Amino acid sequence: MSEQTSNEKPTKVEPVTYDLRGVIAGIRRTFPVGISIFAYGLIFGVLSGQAGLHIFEALLMSSLVYAGSAQFAVLGMWIAPLPAASIIITTLIINLRHVLMGAALYPWFSQVSPLKRYLTAYLMTDESWALTMGEYMNGRRNAGFLLGSGIVAFIAWNSSTIAGQLLGGVVQDPAKYGLDFAFTAVFIALLLGLWRGKGDLLPWGIAALVAIVVSQALPGKWYILAGGFAGSLMGAWTYGRKS
Amino acid sequence: MDVNLEVFLIILGMGLVTYATRSGGLWMMGRIKLSPRVEAGLRYVPGAVFISMIAPALFTGGLAELAAGILTGAIAVRTRNLLLAMIIGVLAVWLFRQVK
Repeated sequence: MSEQTSNEKPTKVEPVTYDLRGVIAGIRRTFPVGISIFAYGLIFGVLSGQAGLHIFEALLMSSLVYAGSAQFAVLGMWIAPLPAASIIITTLIINLRHVLMGAALYPWFSQVSPLKRYLTAYLMTDESWALTMGEYMNGRRNAGFLLGSGIVAFIAWNSSTIAGQLLGGVVQDPAKYGLDFAFTAVFIALLLGLWRGKGDLLPWGIAALVAIVVSQALPGKWYILAGGFAGSLMGAWTYGRKS
Repeated sequence: MDVNLEVFLIILGMGLVTYATRSGGLWMMGRIKLSPRVEAGLRYVPGAVFISMIAPALFTGGLAELAAGILTGAIAVRTRNLLLAMIIGVLAVWLFRQVK
């Protein structure tokens, strides 16, 4: 990796604000992204219905968990009897990246009151975080931006969950129309969107290999965790060895 | 509103661990420092999890799924459009299954 994010804390930080102007800027900047979040939520709504979640349960998940990839992932495990531990551990593992993202926001949000800091953290998704970091890199220091961005993304995600659930109710036999493949198709697209270069080949390959082997050896969905762990370990292992 | 208690508790648990990850980074930064190696590993979590979810189904499924998967990937890389890639993927698998 050629560019490294600096670990050193800035010795002097510009005054940070957290007010309505930042919130409005966040709302404005997130509108285009909100459309793609809506499309994504529509798919979640349809698939969650197919997985057997009622509309209110799906909405509860979209508002309480509010994390797209984790919500999609657990749909694959949503088979009675529900494997509660696997579902919650998988959610945790997939969302561990948030720890890193939050850490990157620290220089900014350490200047904000703990109440605002930890309430706003609830709305930190991949999209809002990326937009907020862009704002920060451009020298702006109104931390309300993340709140505004989060509000738009939250509304888009939850309203589309409802819409998708209603839409899915119309489709009776998903496999007949190839709709059972929608989940795999979405994750192929999401996966390729994460591609950063040849360094990904080994961790991804190991993850796939371990997942395939474990899926043959163990019942249930443990292969997701096993592959996820193996790939991440390989990513850590190869760190610094890449040219 | 039909929400069964078990489902509610699982969703609540998912929400709690997710919020822990969202607040955890901010909380931790003032206290400990992650090694670059651990950070690198964490960056691979989403990709490793995503590929683990689809690899068994793609490689143990039929030719129709594999072909549709490759087509979906090609569309995704070319257009960066998630919705379009999904629609093409679904249409493709439907079509390929007729051929069999």
